[in-house]
Amino acid sequence: MLAIEVRDLRKHYGDLYAVDGVTFDVRQGEVYALLGENGAGKSTIVEILEGHRSATSGQAQVLGIDPAAAKRDFRDRIGIVLQSSGIEREFTVREVIELYGGCYRERRSAEELVALVGLQDKLNARIGSLSGGQQRRVDLALGIVGKPEVLFLDEPTTGFDPAARRKSWDLIEQMGTDGTSVLLTTHYLDEAERLADRVGVLAKGQLIAEGTPEDLISQVSGTTVSFMVPDTTELSEAPGVFGPLLGTEVRISGRLIEASVEHPAEAVNRLTSWALDAEVELESLSVRRASLEDVYLSLTATDNEEAE
Amino acid sequence: MMPFPSTIRLVVAQTKYQLLTFWRIPVAMFFTVGLPLVMLVLFNALFGDSTIDTPDGSWSSRQFYTAGLAAFTAVSATYTNLANMVPLRRDEGVLKRWRGTPLPTWTYLCGFILSAVIIAFVGVTLLLTLGVVAYDLDIDLAKMPAAFVTFGIGVGAFAALGMALASLVKSASSAAAAANATILPLAFVSNVFIQLDDPPRWIEIVGDIFPLKPFVEAFQDCFTPFVEAPAFNWASLAFVAVWGAAGLGVALWKFTWEPSGSAPRRSRSRRAETV
Ligand SMILES: Nc1ncnc2c1ncn2[C@@H]1O[C@H](COP(=O)(O)OP(=O)(O)OP(=O)(O)O)[C@@H](O)[C@H]1O
Ligand SMILES: [Mg+2]
Repeated sequence: MLAIEVRDLRKHYGDLYAVDGVTFDVRQGEVYALLGENGAGKSTIVEILEGHRSATSGQAQVLGIDPAAAKRDFRDRIGIVLQSSGIEREFTVREVIELYGGCYRERRSAEELVALVGLQDKLNARIGSLSGGQQRRVDLALGIVGKPEVLFLDEPTTGFDPAARRKSWDLIEQMGTDGTSVLLTTHYLDEAERLADRVGVLAKGQLIAEGTPEDLISQVSGTTVSFMVPDTTELSEAPGVFGPLLGTEVRISGRLIEASVEHPAEAVNRLTSWALDAEVELESLSVRRASLEDVYLSLTATDNEEAE
Repeated sequence: MMPFPSTIRLVVAQTKYQLLTFWRIPVAMFFTVGLPLVMLVLFNALFGDSTIDTPDGSWSSRQFYTAGLAAFTAVSATYTNLANMVPLRRDEGVLKRWRGTPLPTWTYLCGFILSAVIIAFVGVTLLLTLGVVAYDLDIDLAKMPAAFVTFGIGVGAFAALGMALASLVKSASSAAAAANATILPLAFVSNVFIQLDDPPRWIEIVGDIFPLKPFVEAFQDCFTPFVEAPAFNWASLAFVAVWGAAGLGVALWKFTWEPSGSAPRRSRSRRAETV
């Protein structure tokens, strides 16, 4: 069964096509991650599916229901973590969990939830006294208090420290294994790579790539070579010098130069031979398996070039 | 599958939650309930035993200003309170969060309004009690049914008007300003603080157009010796009710749950900034 079904979805704000013909599915029990730059349209899609916004055209179904027309029953079966929304500052963590939980048919207890999100010490603390990351964990707790069948997470781990992020990954993974379908947006590619069964990459309201993280990674190419541009080479000349050596286009950020190569042994051999001949050091030289981040960067880079 | 919690339980829970919020925001407490009490003490110190002379005899002015302050308390607890708190919750994104839950949205608003009415009732009761205990306020039991009905129609209407203002104004800070900017000047021309004898014509007209003066006068009628029991002032009450109905219409038509684009999401502004 499909938990979420999106067909040619569009959302226009005047001349701005925030969502411009998007089609994808999320299967039951699947964790699906939407990636994309700021303003790509992730939140817009998620909020249409939550029933917070209406689409300009196209179809969206969640649990077989059109969210725009959905009623109480529907909201009982979904859980929402918005990208940003406040919580009553005057209340304690326990109070808000009980208050919000109290309107669902089935609910998790405050004790269970604080253990899941790692806020055991803060059960009786006022929301207003929590740090930003701790408030975000309460957001996450409130998203799952009603035992949802479909969970929407719009950048849920923004502001989390590394330990909290890992803990919430375990939580989200566990939700998926328990049969909850999760639609996640994130800017953390390691998060998507770790959690997502499938990933969709959005750019300017359109889905430009979709697949399992492994598929996407293998689509680009296997290996990433990176190093610092040596002082002897002008930054502006670097692509002309190293592109041919590596046999592919290079990406530069700061002095770091990066390329995804098909045949790492050959490429590195040419590169190091060149360096030995020129008697320069290649600082921070690394050769590693391509990650989702490389895929994402190359996808969004080509997209931006086309636009220019 | 378990059923949803009953509507009654949800409404009670929401009302309790709003009351607790109010209790935990000392500024709101002070301005709504405390300030009228302070003003009653001040008025008694300043005008204590002054009288109002009429052809039928002279009466203590305390009967007027105590009732006026009581009516004003009811308006602060409903109109001003809702016009402050609802936009604040909207700016914070709390309204949007609730709309994503299975709580029927009207239940949420119901909790807001019921809590405001309860605060109004407590505030008015405290004020009248202080009047009776400390300052010899005369209460005529035969007029109390009229006082209750007037109170009921008044808080209903001003709650609706508070929701209307909350619906029209985009951000919390401007809503707080708008609530005070509308109600405070109006209070001076509506016999709340001072009984105007022979005011300029335009002031009288302004007072008569808006619902505050009719409400205050209807409530004062229940406490002044001029008016015979049962002291129902139906004409004024009908006028207030029409305003309330108009407010309800605007609220139903214009109410939004989403924070407006320009408003800060986690606004911390409280009414104190603008009072
Ligand atoms: N209410 C609105 N009115 C007008 N334009 C809007 C509105 N909401 C969103 N947009 C525009 O739609 C586009 C997509 O916004 P959206 O919030 O979906 O982006 P996003 O992918 O979630 O970005 P981010 O990663 O920053 O959260 C943006 O260009 C944004 O300015
Ligand atoms: Mg977003």
